[in-house]
Amino acid sequence: MSNAPVDNSRRRFLTIATSVVGGVGVAGVAVPFIASWNPSAKAKAAGADVEVDISKVEPGQLLRVEWRSKPVWIVRRTPELLAELGKHEELLKDPASDEPQQPEFAKNQYRSLKEEYLVLVGICTHLGCSPQHLKDGAFEEQVEGVPEGFFCPCHGSKFDMAGRVFSGVPAPLNLVVPPYMYIDDNTILIGTQEGAA
Amino acid sequence: MWKNLLDWIEYRIPMMRVAKMHAMEYPAPKNMNFWYVFGFLATIVLVNQIVTGIWLTMSFEPSAERAFASVEYIMREVDYGYIIRYMHSTGASAFFIVVYLHMFRGMLYGSYQKPRELLWLFGMFIYLALMAEAFMGYVLPWGQMSYWGAQVIVSLFGAIPVIGEDLTVWIQGDYVISGATLNRFFALHVIALPLVIVILVFLHIVALHEVGSNNPDGVEVKRKKGSLKEEEKTKFKMHEYYTNKYDIIDDVVPFFPHIVLKDLVAFSVFLLGFCYVLFFKPEMGGYFLEAPNFEIANPLKTPEHIFPVWYFTPFYAILKAVPDKLLGVIAMFAAIVMLALLPWIDRGKVKSWRYRSGIHKYNLIVFAIVFVFLGYLGGTPQEAWKVTASQIATFLYFAFFGLLWLYSKNEKTKPLPERIG
Repeated sequence: MSNAPVDNSRRRFLTIATSVVGGVGVAGVAVPFIASWNPSAKAKAAGADVEVDISKVEPGQLLRVEWRSKPVWIVRRTPELLAELGKHEELLKDPASDEPQQPEFAKNQYRSLKEEYLVLVGICTHLGCSPQHLKDGAFEEQVEGVPEGFFCPCHGSKFDMAGRVFSGVPAPLNLVVPPYMYIDDNTILIGTQEGAA
Repeated sequence: MWKNLLDWIEYRIPMMRVAKMHAMEYPAPKNMNFWYVFGFLATIVLVNQIVTGIWLTMSFEPSAERAFASVEYIMREVDYGYIIRYMHSTGASAFFIVVYLHMFRGMLYGSYQKPRELLWLFGMFIYLALMAEAFMGYVLPWGQMSYWGAQVIVSLFGAIPVIGEDLTVWIQGDYVISGATLNRFFALHVIALPLVIVILVFLHIVALHEVGSNNPDGVEVKRKKGSLKEEEKTKFKMHEYYTNKYDIIDDVVPFFPHIVLKDLVAFSVFLLGFCYVLFFKPEMGGYFLEAPNFEIANPLKTPEHIFPVWYFTPFYAILKAVPDKLLGVIAMFAAIVMLALLPWIDRGKVKSWRYRSGIHKYNLIVFAIVFVFLGYLGGTPQEAWKVTASQIATFLYFAFFGLLWLYSKNEKTKPLPERIG
């Protein structure tokens, strides 16, 4: 054994150097473990766009389709319903859709590309339940003077026929409008909007 | 021969030494009452959960396609499968019953106070791990309530600003709760969290035996070395690990057999109730197993009412009481953090409520009532009056801690006895 004096600064350097290299190693090893929790390629593929034929939707009817395993509603609104939208705006939390709950194209009173067709993700913005469509005056029980709307049975959140949330309910935001576009007059593509790659 | 074998082992691993130190020669206060059986019962239930859980994994298939059917298979076609599953599901609720009583015992007798703060914290970590374990376990049968309950709980993370959305997708492994979520919850439920819980229970017991057990009088049985006269010291042989550091008053008994036998009596009473539920009321009127969960998960159909299982309902009521989503989530977690901080919120020096002020007694009783009431509010359908009621109850829940912090500083307490009566 050598009797060379202990070089403390050299020891400190080696301790720090090994710790740093070890730390980098730990961080590197953590990557696959954390990243493996992301949606797999299969899940991403299942999240692909959906084409919907809307030629058979009657006025007033709600069509349910599945997109990314979420319910998407397509409602063909009657002119009377469209006229209703302007009448209860003082009861709404976000009547002008200021919160980014919709693509830019749907930031209007109807929250849609074409006034007639409403496209919404049918999941309550409170805690993810799926609201019920109450029509023909059944919604009056929830909000007086509003004949039709969406009511969430989980915690009582209420939305109008543009998916706008009423004040005084737990849901903080309007229902989400997914990105979508019209391929032709009778077909909607859900998942992609015009101008997006 | 036998003696030689024991000596051979003891030379290589301290088996008898540990048994003596932690059982036969562990000094336990002689006045421990029935409130002190729930730790033992919780350990028994933990063993039940592990054993029945291992057996369930033998027939369960963790996939969105097969999970529900495989649970039906266990219930209908595996010999005694229904008993094993009901032992597991009843055990889950039993776990929370004994753990809640165990925690309330700690609050009654001030078992979280100095020097047992870390012991209490380990207990709180066990409670948290247990909640995660129970939540993920409830998702596995892939019924309607499994699915929608998971949806509600996971979307709580979505309330976190900026990273919320991405975090939710990362937890789910998909854009919604899906088979990927089920599979990872299965892995966490059967491997990761049980390991964590067992390790935490071990640490909980090590910490307990280091500081010693509290008792209903909150009078320490371990005294400073040399402070006791010979006739005041315990006549039982206690382990040197304790007697070398402390004088132990003559109010203790060895943990084994004295305390264990008392616990076994409690265990037989517990078994009576447990088996009654197991054999006659395994769903407990929809409280232990909720009716919608007998229907397979359907992402497109929300059940009319979504409730978590009963043991989460107090916190769920707090979540719902706050009109803002993010604040609601914060309030819910704060409700649990408050419990964890009890050792520092309570500034009192006297432990047991027996010797504390009248206001403390009222405060504790009101807290217990409020907690049960919150559980009722969180587990029954939404009604108009319940919104206000749950807001008041939430306020009272937090008021318990606020008041305790205020009055405990200069609380009028009764004089503590020198010895345990």
